[in-house]
Amino acid sequence: MTVVFKKTPVLRDVPLHYCPGCGHGIVHRMVSEVIEELGIQDKCAGVAPVGCAVFAYNYFDVDMYEAAHGRAPAVATGFKRVHPDHYIFTYQGDGDLASIGTAEIVHAAHRGEKITTIFINNAIYGMTGGQMAPTTLVGQKTTTSPLGRDKDHCGEPIRMAEMLATISGSAFIARCALNSTPNLIKTKAAIKKAFETQIARKGFSMVEILSPCPTNWGKSPAEAMDWIADAMIPYYPLGTFKEV
Amino acid sequence: MAKKLMKGCEAIAEAAIQAGCRYFFGYPITPQNDIPEYMSLRLPQVGGCFLQAESELAAINMVYGAGGAGARVMTSSSSPGISLKQEGISTCAAAEIPCVVVNMMRGGPGLGNIQASQGDYFQAVKGGGHGDYHLIVYAPSSIQEACDMMQKAFDVADQYRTPVMILADGLIGQMMEPVELKTNPDLVLPEKPWAATGYTPGGKKPRSVLNSLYIETEDLDQLLERLFARYAVIEANEQMWETYNTEGAEYILCAYGTVARVCKAAIRILGEQGVKAGLVRPISLWPFPSKAVHDAIVQDSVKEALTVEVSSGQMVEDIRLAVNGERPVQFMGKAGSYIPTAEEIAERILQMRRG
Ligand SMILES: Cc1ncc(C[n+]2csc(CCOP(=O)(O)OP(=O)(O)O)c2C)c(N)n1
Ligand code: SF4
Ligand SMILES: [Mg+2]
Repeated sequence: MTVVFKKTPVLRDVPLHYCPGCGHGIVHRMVSEVIEELGIQDKCAGVAPVGCAVFAYNYFDVDMYEAAHGRAPAVATGFKRVHPDHYIFTYQGDGDLASIGTAEIVHAAHRGEKITTIFINNAIYGMTGGQMAPTTLVGQKTTTSPLGRDKDHCGEPIRMAEMLATISGSAFIARCALNSTPNLIKTKAAIKKAFETQIARKGFSMVEILSPCPTNWGKSPAEAMDWIADAMIPYYPLGTFKEV
Repeated sequence: MAKKLMKGCEAIAEAAIQAGCRYFFGYPITPQNDIPEYMSLRLPQVGGCFLQAESELAAINMVYGAGGAGARVMTSSSSPGISLKQEGISTCAAAEIPCVVVNMMRGGPGLGNIQASQGDYFQAVKGGGHGDYHLIVYAPSSIQEACDMMQKAFDVADQYRTPVMILADGLIGQMMEPVELKTNPDLVLPEKPWAATGYTPGGKKPRSVLNSLYIETEDLDQLLERLFARYAVIEANEQMWETYNTEGAEYILCAYGTVARVCKAAIRILGEQGVKAGLVRPISLWPFPSKAVHDAIVQDSVKEALTVEVSSGQMVEDIRLAVNGERPVQFMGKAGSYIPTAEEIAERILQMRRG
């Protein structure tokens, strides 16, 4: 009998707390597989964010930090400067990375910090109950934009991948999505590339991942995947924005 | 080793290196810039790393990362910057990360000024960041003492897995004094099996989880019980103070940091006029040396105590708690950066004597 699918050893044997149809679990699996495939589990550490992925320190079977809201890149910097031969990733949501933690992510990229950031863009604050994020689409209804995001009132959604790609210290920046099988394959490949960029000491690497939050979008898991294709991808183009 | 004339900030930085500190993350702010400047040149020479962070928030979170990775690490700042660090200080206290934070206090609130001050006593000793925790807080009154304190600070930080703050007024950082810097070539750093240094499943070292989130009530209770049991040990073992001329004194001055030196000069002036005054100087502000303060003030010979601070009166509350009404404790001090002269302090004691 051939095994076609098995648990990756880099994910611990504990129940995940994510909602049905959530993208976080999918990305956890991909990050774990990449760590396994690259054979770096014993030299890798991770930083969990404040957000729905706050318990990620329970899920990845590597040394883990839990950072204050938005500060994961600074925490990763401290680790990496002490252990330059080890690898570290931050795992951050869009409130965490694109709002409260903008200074930390921009300057980690600017220093060319040799860390990898997994950035979950679900266009919303999942954990706190569906408030508007900087990435929320114009017109998108959230609990703090009940009539839909109004760009004259609070601007248009921020495109982090494009922005960070302009910074010379960034070495690999890509945006992927979880909405289809081809996109899942590309997402995993990008995550692998990001870790390889770190291993090659080229500079900062980040993969932005358009990820469903059916709970706070008020959609079924299937509708949420469609919404990524129909609403998010047109505003957030997929692709590699920087590769050195 | 021979004494060398050194500026306070530079001496503190070198003493930290001698104490095993190899990582420094900071952001410029007056009056402590000589610490990061010195570190930026020296740390690479000893195989360490200096990094200028984008903000104090980032700096203290880098300290969290480096301390969690097992290194001896330090940051320094001055009052407004220390306010920004409070998020990370509270995180480090909860995540049990050893580290050293230097505050060269300047006048506040807000941007205040850039002169020496003691306005951050409450912030350092009573909390600062959110939640139930303590820092070990040391207050040097000379550059030599500050240097000697650095070794102690890094050692107790590791021993108790806690952040330690050096609370100095800006004068300590800016003045020059002769110091003897103790080198420590045989320094052996403690093992840190809890640190993030790489984890092999099934290996000897457990997986490191450096964390300040305890979502279940019972789990947070357990953390706090562990922390407060540790704080009790610290209170029992780590109090530091100096008494000067206290035996049989009529008046006791209470002060910490540079002001305590001005108090000593006042005591000499008073002595020349036949008035016997003494000084009790807390060196550890937390744990506060309550019994030492009590015993210095509550003696038959003592009529009254006078606390002198460069603030509107902060440590005086702890002095009064220690004395518990057994003697009157007066206060002398002004917010901002007004440092009283020895003559003014002596005059105030003479006034108290006249009644
Ligand atoms: C300093 C601070 N501010 C606010 C919060 C509350 N908070 C928790 S999670 C969160 C939003 C996280 O949203 P995002 O980063 O998009 O992650 P998601 O839950 O969507 O994955 C906020 C604001 C906090 N924990 N700390
Ligand atoms: S709230 Fe949204 S992001 Fe959070 S776990 Fe549920 S689906 Fe996922
Ligand atoms: Mg989000």
